[in-house]
Amino acid sequence: MTTGRPQGTGLLEVDGLTAGYGAAPVLHDVDLTVGAGRIVAVLGANGAGKTTLLRTISGLLPAAAGRITFDGVDLRGVKVERMVRHGIAHVPEGRGVVTELTVDENLRLGNLWRRRPKKRGGLDEIYDLFPALAGRKNHLGHQLSGGERQMLAIGRALAARPRLLLLDEPSLGLAPKLTAQILGLLRDLRDRTGLAVLLVEQNVRSALSIADEGVVLNLGRIAARERADKLAGDADLRHAYLGF
Amino acid sequence: MTILQDATKTKDHQKSPPKSTPLLLVIAGAIIVVALTYVLPPFRNYQLATIGAYFCVTAGLTVLTGLNGQLSLGHGALMATGAYTLALWQNKFDLLLPGIALAVLVTTVVGGIIGLAAARLRGPYLAGLTLAVAVVVPSITSTFDKTFNSDQGLSVALDPPPGVIPVEQWQAWLCWAGALLTVLVLAYLVRGRFGRDLRAVRDDETAAKLAGVGVARTQVMAFVVSAACAGLAGALFAVLAQSVSPGAFPLTLSLFLLMAIVIGGLGRLTGALIGAVLLVALPSVAQSIAEDAGSQHLEGNLALTFFGVVLVLVMLAAPGGLAALKFPRRSRRQKG
Amino acid sequence: MDRFLYLTFDGLSRGAVYAAFALALVLIWRAARIVNFAQGAMAVATAYAGYSVADATGSYWLGFLVAVTGGLVLGAVVERVVMRFVDHSSPLNGVVVALGLVLIIQGVLGMIYGDGYRPAPAPFSRDAFEIGGIAILSRYDLFVFAAVGAVVVLLTLLFTRTATGLRMRAAAFAPDVSRLLGVPVGGMLTLGWALAAAVGSLAGMLVLPTELGLHPNAMDLLFVSAFTAAVVGGLDSPVGAVVGGLVVGLLLAYVGGYLGATVAPMAVLVLLVVVLLGRPDGLFARAKARTA
Repeated sequence: MTTGRPQGTGLLEVDGLTAGYGAAPVLHDVDLTVGAGRIVAVLGANGAGKTTLLRTISGLLPAAAGRITFDGVDLRGVKVERMVRHGIAHVPEGRGVVTELTVDENLRLGNLWRRRPKKRGGLDEIYDLFPALAGRKNHLGHQLSGGERQMLAIGRALAARPRLLLLDEPSLGLAPKLTAQILGLLRDLRDRTGLAVLLVEQNVRSALSIADEGVVLNLGRIAARERADKLAGDADLRHAYLGF
Repeated sequence: MTILQDATKTKDHQKSPPKSTPLLLVIAGAIIVVALTYVLPPFRNYQLATIGAYFCVTAGLTVLTGLNGQLSLGHGALMATGAYTLALWQNKFDLLLPGIALAVLVTTVVGGIIGLAAARLRGPYLAGLTLAVAVVVPSITSTFDKTFNSDQGLSVALDPPPGVIPVEQWQAWLCWAGALLTVLVLAYLVRGRFGRDLRAVRDDETAAKLAGVGVARTQVMAFVVSAACAGLAGALFAVLAQSVSPGAFPLTLSLFLLMAIVIGGLGRLTGALIGAVLLVALPSVAQSIAEDAGSQHLEGNLALTFFGVVLVLVMLAAPGGLAALKFPRRSRRQKG
Repeated sequence: MDRFLYLTFDGLSRGAVYAAFALALVLIWRAARIVNFAQGAMAVATAYAGYSVADATGSYWLGFLVAVTGGLVLGAVVERVVMRFVDHSSPLNGVVVALGLVLIIQGVLGMIYGDGYRPAPAPFSRDAFEIGGIAILSRYDLFVFAAVGAVVVLLTLLFTRTATGLRMRAAAFAPDVSRLLGVPVGGMLTLGWALAAAVGSLAGMLVLPTELGLHPNAMDLLFVSAFTAAVVGGLDSPVGAVVGGLVVGLLLAYVGGYLGATVAPMAVLVLLVVVLLGRPDGLFARAKARTA
């Protein structure tokens, strides 16, 4: 039953969130739900508050008002470095590959949060997902191409075995083919493992092609929230907020 | 374009010069000092003289660090240069005023050389280089011990003051003449184009360059000016102590000077005066505490500790550290 | 030739100490982008503690242990209590605060121990024994090589082979990203300061028996030499710090041996100036690229 409306039983629940930098809030009264195994695309023009939303959820920015709960846990007061323990992985804008470390070291960082080495598990799975990385294990981050860095950043986030992936602009600077490949991979992961994804994307068409639901942010407020296929077909909305 | 706008914005934040002219303030200062020397006992006059000597160098450092953003830990060594120059001159010719002028000149040249290097260095590299100067330069007195007489140092031949003026009073006049002259010159310098260039380079080198300011030239000039002040202060210290030795110009002296200008509020000549007063007053207070406690270990070290604590606290209390002290009204930019 | 050999080994022995001290500077620079100008004073403080314990118990090794552990603690305290609260928008802020710490430490040491020199005996003989008729190395030199060698090996293992080392490197290079990956960045910074201060304290203990003795200012020249070593090697490079340390050690030994001991400090200053001016931006280039 997909009505496109939040049911209030999601994995991630954002209620009345107001947040931003300093005194001037960027986000106003944002409500959002991401259910387990669902991909929600956050769409909107530059400066609409998409990145701010992700950064506030993962604790990089404080929330001025509102609630964020993840699997019933109130995330306010959870430190950034503990988010990953709760099952949230955030791939920041600009990819966030540690360019001074090797590919393998970057990936190892992904599951280093587990204290017991035995529980960390191997990285073979990740290398299977991204065969391009397997051949470059010992290359430094800054030697990689843009696409490889994106794969590495996503691979590293997946190595943490999260339940929710916050993904900021994965298509930035990538060739369309590569973007499609990465988005396809996300869809497979969702189907296979029940991974939930909150996807911020400029490339509206590709984002809606894999998302279950789309949320349109305009000037920091939710302007629309629809099933992805419906949103893609709504010409008025598209013209008003998405520019195509 | 945005850079240029930023630069103009920063300039707007600078205080417009107060209306009272420096000349009037300096004349007033001179009258007060001369009057004071007639009422103060000799030891207080000696302290007053020491404040004047310190004021010369803190005023120069204020221009360098406060207005131009260059950190020097080498000014103790520059003071030593001035002091030794005067000592060597006095022991040959015994003409005080030309000797002081020569001390300033020699120190200016040395400062120019360091400044040439400094203009190419930033942040910790400049601090490290000037620290090395402060630590290493005293050892020159041992390398050329025939001239400088190693750790013993040199005595400074001085004529007694003219007439029946007590030595301490005469010293106070001399030091404050130097200090007020220094401040007068600096005050007019920093009001003009030079001052604008100093601030422009400090705030944003790229913007300054785009606005046609010679960045390296301005930085070297700042160093030269502050070195001249340090040379004068060094010469005055030689007169005050009537001797010079490497032990009088340790690294600690440079650190004290830094503390003085930071506490005084970087970038203001009045702050340099406050710093100079503290440099004399705090050790004096500490010493009387130490004497009351009857502990030799406390002497000197109490002041050292106190200076350190104050320096750290001031830096931690001022949000933005040095920058906040420099631009008290500037709001910190938010990252977007 | 004998003299040259002697000076070479003497230089390498000193150089090993400078290398260790430079490594301490590099560790903090990499972790926090601060040149710890208080490193020398901190090392003096722990050396006083170490020799106090050694005097009281009669055991040099207990004192040595106290000095190094003391460094660990002092480094952590300095980071947690002071450096963490320094505004890092200008690199000068950290420098000035560190210099304030120098004043505090030297003042407190002077109040407790006085300003005189206190003897700092070596645990092994410093008389060179003869190899093939040439006196080149003392047992103490061998101890220095072994100690510094152990430090270098242990640090290398820590940073390249352990999870903590990987966390420390990641936290230093990319704090925000590391935080998102669950790395306790603040803790790694404290650990970095602690380790660096311990290494600095070790270097201080090693250098003292070869100097005039314990004194609140005893490490000023060591700091300058080690800073020069670190700059020669590039502040970002641990390998460079070790190489730079040996270079500075050899330079000091040759200049001191052939031109006179009082000239040696000048030689360090000249080397520092030449390196700084020879590569005015080269030394800074990587750091700039990184923070951009």
